Amino acid sequence: MDLLERFAGGDVDAFETLFRRHQGEVYGWIVRLVRNPGVAEELTIETFWRIYRHRQRFDAGRPFGPWARRIATRAAIDHLNASAPVWTVRPPTAPPSDPDPVEQRELRGCIERAFVALPARLRAAAILALVEERPYPEIAEALGISLSATKMRVRRAVRALRARLERMGVGP
Amino acid sequence: MSHDDEIDLVARQLRSALPPWDDLEPRVDLWPRMLERLQHQPAPFGWFESALAALILLALAFFPELVPMILYHL
Repeated sequence: MDLLERFAGGDVDAFETLFRRHQGEVYGWIVRLVRNPGVAEELTIETFWRIYRHRQRFDAGRPFGPWARRIATRAAIDHLNASAPVWTVRPPTAPPSDPDPVEQRELRGCIERAFVALPARLRAAAILALVEERPYPEIAEALGISLSATKMRVRRAVRALRARLERMGVGP
Repeated sequence: MSHDDEIDLVARQLRSALPPWDDLEPRVDLWPRMLERLQHQPAPFGWFESALAALILLALAFFPELVPMILYHL
C-alpha cells in the first residue's frame, strides 16, 4: 500500500511523512496570503488538522500538494475574514524612486489600507496574482474556482482597489 | 485606460506597499505542534454514546412522566 493510501486509511506515520514533506510548501503558500509568519505557522497546523480530519475524502489517486494548497487557501481566507490583519510590514527591497520618503510611506499606507478593506476572497486572488505573480491556473486550483472566475475575481479586486485609492486621492 | 494597463498599474502599486514575500520556510519544524494537536483531539461520539442517547429518548417517549423527575435531578 503506498503512502497516500496509508494516509487515507488513517495511518499516523504516513500522515507524519506527508506533513514533513509538505509543511514548507503549505506554510509558504499561507504566509504569502496572510503575510505574518506566526499566523502562517498556526494556519499551517490548522490546515494539516483539516487534512487529517477529512482524510477519507482524499482521493489517493490524485496528487496531495494541490489538495493541501486548496485547504490551506480556505484556512487562510477564513482567517482573513475573521480577524483584522496583523501583517508584518517590511520595507521594499528596491530603493524608492521618489526622493521624499515620508510621501512614499504615506502612499504605501494608503495602498495598504485600501487593500485591507477589500473582501478576503478578492484580497487572496489579488495578492497571489499581482504581488506574488503565481500562475492563474495554480491560483484557480487553490481557490477551487474556474480559470475565468479567477481572472474575473482579480479584475474585480483591481477595480475595487482603484476606486478606493481614488477616493483617498491616490491617482495613477 | 485599458484593463491590462489598469491591472499593471495596480500590481505596481500593490508591490510597492506589499513586496512579494521571500521567506517561505517555517522558522521551526511544526510537527511537534501538530502532534500535540492530534493528541488533544476531542473524543469521537461513538456507538455506545449513540445507543445510550437513543435509549434515553425512547424511554422519555414511552414514559413522559419521567421528564420532570430527570429535570429535577439535573
